[in-house]
Amino acid sequence: MSTQTTDIKFTPENLEKAHEIIARYPEGKQKSALIPLLHLVQKQWGWVSPEAMDYVAEMLSIESIEVYEVATFYTMFHLEPVGKHVIEYCRTGPCCLMGGEKVYDHLKQRLGVQTGQTTPDGMFTLKEVECLAACGWGPVFQIREKYYMNLTCDKVDEIIDELSK
Amino acid sequence: MKILTQHINEPGIETFDVYRKHGGYTAVEKAIKSMTPDEVVEEVKKSGVRGRGGAGFPMGMKWSFLAKPEGVPRYLVCNADESEPGTFKDHYLMKSIPHLLIEGMIVSSYALGANKSFIYVRGELLYVIAILEKAIAEAKAKGFLGKNILGSGYDLELVVQPGGGAYICGEETALLESLEGKRGNPRNKPPFPAVKGLYQCPTVVNNVESISNTPWIINNGGEAYAALGVGRSTGTKLISASGHIRKPGVYEIVLGVPVEEFIYSDEYCGGIRDGHYLKALVAGGSSVPILPANLITTTANNEPRLMTYESLSDGGFATGTMLGSGGFIVFDETACIVKNTLNFAHFYRHESCGQCSPCREGTGWMEKILYRIENGRGTQADIDLLVDVSRKIEGNTICPLGDAAAWPVASAIRHFRHEFEWHISHPEEATRPGAVYPTEAVLN
Ligand SMILES: Cc1cc2nc3c(=O)[nH]c(=O)nc-3n(C[C@H](O)[C@H](O)[C@H](O)COP(=O)(O)O)c2cc1C
Ligand code: FES
Repeated sequence: MSTQTTDIKFTPENLEKAHEIIARYPEGKQKSALIPLLHLVQKQWGWVSPEAMDYVAEMLSIESIEVYEVATFYTMFHLEPVGKHVIEYCRTGPCCLMGGEKVYDHLKQRLGVQTGQTTPDGMFTLKEVECLAACGWGPVFQIREKYYMNLTCDKVDEIIDELSK
Repeated sequence: MKILTQHINEPGIETFDVYRKHGGYTAVEKAIKSMTPDEVVEEVKKSGVRGRGGAGFPMGMKWSFLAKPEGVPRYLVCNADESEPGTFKDHYLMKSIPHLLIEGMIVSSYALGANKSFIYVRGELLYVIAILEKAIAEAKAKGFLGKNILGSGYDLELVVQPGGGAYICGEETALLESLEGKRGNPRNKPPFPAVKGLYQCPTVVNNVESISNTPWIINNGGEAYAALGVGRSTGTKLISASGHIRKPGVYEIVLGVPVEEFIYSDEYCGGIRDGHYLKALVAGGSSVPILPANLITTTANNEPRLMTYESLSDGGFATGTMLGSGGFIVFDETACIVKNTLNFAHFYRHESCGQCSPCREGTGWMEKILYRIENGRGTQADIDLLVDVSRKIEGNTICPLGDAAAWPVASAIRHFRHEFEWHISHPEEATRPGAVYPTEAVLN
């Protein structure tokens, strides 16, 4: 499991990216950079810790509470440490029609975890999400940026095998 | 006739050069070099194109409402939040042919006098954001974006903004809040975004597909666009087809295709999957009323139902539905309507922003009652209770998410009440895995 370092700082590369993002908005509207910066935090540390939220608040010259408010509203942000790979599985109707529930059951069995849990080796966290705008290509799950579509039980096994290497 | 997807399968169409080779960016040249912004607005008005995000509001009219006070910036914001279950057309368009949206954004921004425009993309589509940013960089390198576009003196920056995973941010005022770095709580209207939108400045919010129509309209004229389609449903529409059909996917149709043709023709859905038959349809995304088999291909008056705004809503909510976002979800006889209604109710409960009590509380109640019924613990009185709760949500909230949550439940009970009653009277049978109301029994 990724653990939080006490010394919260973006890598030089991410710091440059952060400054580039902040510069996109009109003068005085830097708060608009908040959600993009939280994505950057999650990219670097895997999750969004309270310390990282304070760091972002400072960077944008806003109160920490303004960051907490936003981070807790948007479901993409993991507010607790997660496994190396977070599997975000679509549970919404159209995917179910494409056989999504059977594949979901198989995935849970394969990982040996329930929704919201992390495998004991810290490799996988399983989350349930709503429609990913890929309904015609369902069943579907997402791991970070990548969409895995037209899933079958066999395909799920292959993906997990590959990622477990 | 294809307007948006004509070149979508060309190898390399995601690159500037290939897109350009197929006539890309000629609309930008034409608009910026030979038309005034008002002339561009006029063509879009003439086209009759209606908003493709769900509400179907005429795009040109929306543009003409934009306030233009001196010295105040104006903004164009593209709504690429696409989170309505059953809808995946904007995703498809942006990932396959990103320059089409970029070209549309330039033409539209020029028409509205915006010098900084935003594309708000649902956060899950980070990979699409990377595709759009690459396309923007290419367009900028070729002089179609940035300062002094094509030597005209017109400047435009495009910013791609990620969301954070919240359906409500598809609602335009919630989207603007989100873009300002806040929670996605919808605003009270008025003031409308056209007067006070992003950063309290005049703002137009349009869907990806709406904006992507503008290059064709500029190249071919609004009248040519208006000549396609039927009545007030002009032009083409992307339909996201999913569910129990042979060929799920995104199809561009000229508005007016009969629903029957759309479902059964090999050009589109290719029919219901082998050995099964049509039971129900959600025609325009999870929010719109579900229709039973007898009201899908024909209206209550026995006229052929067409893929238009008007024909799909023929009969009002009693016997009709809506075109909505074009999220076309097909159910065959193996689908359980109670289970699907519960699934959607869970979605709306999860996605309610929590600001208005009727929506926050009501969506939770509906899910709980439906859960009870689905799990064999409902009572007959629960059915009327559901209808009652849905009525108390509808029309009583700041934004239409409440309506969107109420309609699927109310319509499922309106047309499939027998399934709910059966679940309650046959708890044992109804809770067996894969149990479905025995349709055969009714047919015979
Ligand atoms: C709950 C809710 C969700 C919505 N989601 C979307 C969406 O994902 N994409 C979209 O374009 N419009 C969505 N809309 C409609 C927008 O509020 C707005 O009408 C639309 O973006 C305007 O663009 P258009 O006129 O081009 O359709 C949603 C509306 C509501 C009430
Ligand atoms: S329902 Fe799964 S992607 Fe839309």
